[in-house]
Amino acid sequence: MRPPTRAPLARRRSGRLVAGVAGGVADHLGVDVLWVRAAFVALAAVNGMGVIAYGLLWVFVRQESADVTREVSAKERQQAIGLAALGVGIGLVGAALQNQVIGWIVGPLGVAAVGAAVVWREADEAQRRRWTTGARTGILGGGRNAVLRLVAGGVFVAAGILVFLLGNLNLGQIQFGVLAVVATIVGIGVLTVPWWVRLARDFGEERRERIVTEERAEIAAHLHDSVLQTLALIQKQSHDPREVQRLARGQERELRHWLYGPQGYGRSTPALDESLATALQTTAAEVEDTYAITVNPVIVGDRPLDDSLRALVLASREAMVNAAKHAQVEEVSVYAEVEPDEVNVFVKDRGKGFDPEAVPGDRHGLADSVLGRMDRHGGTVRLRSTPGEGTEVHLAITLSQEEST
Amino acid sequence: MTDPIKVFLVDDHGLFRAGVRAELERGAAGDPPLEIVGEAGSVDEAVAGIGHRKPDVVLLDVHMPDGGGAAVLARVRKTQPDVVFLALSVSDAAEDVIAVIRGGARGYVTKTISARELGDAVRRVRVGDAVFSPRLAGFVLDAFSDRPGAAPAVDPELDLLTKRERDVLRLLARGYAYKEIAGELFISVKTVETHVSSVLRKTQLSNRYELSRWASDRRLV
Repeated sequence: MRPPTRAPLARRRSGRLVAGVAGGVADHLGVDVLWVRAAFVALAAVNGMGVIAYGLLWVFVRQESADVTREVSAKERQQAIGLAALGVGIGLVGAALQNQVIGWIVGPLGVAAVGAAVVWREADEAQRRRWTTGARTGILGGGRNAVLRLVAGGVFVAAGILVFLLGNLNLGQIQFGVLAVVATIVGIGVLTVPWWVRLARDFGEERRERIVTEERAEIAAHLHDSVLQTLALIQKQSHDPREVQRLARGQERELRHWLYGPQGYGRSTPALDESLATALQTTAAEVEDTYAITVNPVIVGDRPLDDSLRALVLASREAMVNAAKHAQVEEVSVYAEVEPDEVNVFVKDRGKGFDPEAVPGDRHGLADSVLGRMDRHGGTVRLRSTPGEGTEVHLAITLSQEEST
Repeated sequence: MTDPIKVFLVDDHGLFRAGVRAELERGAAGDPPLEIVGEAGSVDEAVAGIGHRKPDVVLLDVHMPDGGGAAVLARVRKTQPDVVFLALSVSDAAEDVIAVIRGGARGYVTKTISARELGDAVRRVRVGDAVFSPRLAGFVLDAFSDRPGAAPAVDPELDLLTKRERDVLRLLARGYAYKEIAGELFISVKTVETHVSSVLRKTQLSNRYELSRWASDRRLV
């Protein structure tokens, strides 16, 4: 069983109070949004972790792209405000208890955070406008109010950082100057986070699109070079069924290899380079092309080619060619099985067959090429043919022990 | 006189459906007739059509939009376990073949099969036999072979083939017909059918790594 699917983590665009982070997390985890908000407030009490977590989620989680309409009920709003008040209360208590970090957060850093939130929210709105209108308006497309909010946010951040610096540091002029510069850079960094994130995302998206386009171009090029060309040839040769069959079969094999083959389009692990299976398949393909018949190789197991297996492949080829030439069939079956200590190949047709005793002496194909080859490599050939029913050639090679390891 | 076998076609290519319909309805002389009771071009149409027409055999395309043959198998077999499926595909990739067999199909043939052989295959799955193309036989042999270093069989009843079953599969892979296999092994055709059905059952139910890997590649189990 597959686990039940979860909504991907995405910030809510409607029914949100600050940035839709809590709502998005609740949708993802499948729990009530109130619990998530409570958790953020509770974490905020622990040296402000909740605030930091919220900020990070805001930056790194995308807004949902679909426009879902959600209503924020009055009760939910009250609960959220209550939670926020509780959070501030905890903060004040912490500050009163001389907790330095919480003191900063309730004081100047809190002000800076509110300023940043205002600016980021404006960036969210800008992105939303961009999605709905498709226009690249940038951050300043929201009219005068938006500009005002941005400026206000910026002032808040600057003021917060300044007060923080003045209140907590007791330094000489030079150190103060250096720190002021650093603080300014940090402030600008915080304010411009939405733009950086957008830049990075646009870049990632562009890259993905480019990869998809390249992939498409590769497929199109391949189809053009192979399938379209063959179809054109088939149209030209339509008076010759034999040739049409040969072209269609050749193209089918090629496309199949491209899609499903060892180094095919859908494969990640390439097969052995020089293996018995690929050699037999290539051989079968050659015979198909040369004699315009169908050869269906079925291969079980595989191993790297060595001299005796090469001889086996050549002998199999001779058997296929014999079937193609003399059996008067359209189809030849080839079955190869690789076992730990031997390899068997069967080449079978349902053609006219012959009487093995009555083969005239001048037909050396089978005798020399198949028997001789197999003999030299310690293999055996068994031939079985019945006139009217077909022929089967069985080639076997025993693998010596050191070879089979 | 027995009723003709009711066949339902599922394929997203209308041209291909028309071709198969014409071939099967024409039939070969002397063969019992087949009746095409309906066809469908999508998963939803197929599920609705099979529920409505109650065919004996469904010819099922493996590759279709919206989940393909696997989705049809999963949805129909829940409500109509008696309907027999014969998978028909242009692909002979191992993961496709093994996956539809494990999804519940009783056979697998490629689309280049002749009309006469297709009719035979339909009749054979109708009476409960399995239809193994040489390539499917090869895949199954491969999946059940004992490679050095392979995990030991968990359930020997399901994870190992008997010697006889191996012999039958080998001859199938060599392109022998049932009758020829029977003659070769000195057994009856009925016994050959029993062996093949038993191999089909093992292919569907075994937990061997190769089989479950092929099937999970197509998200079937």
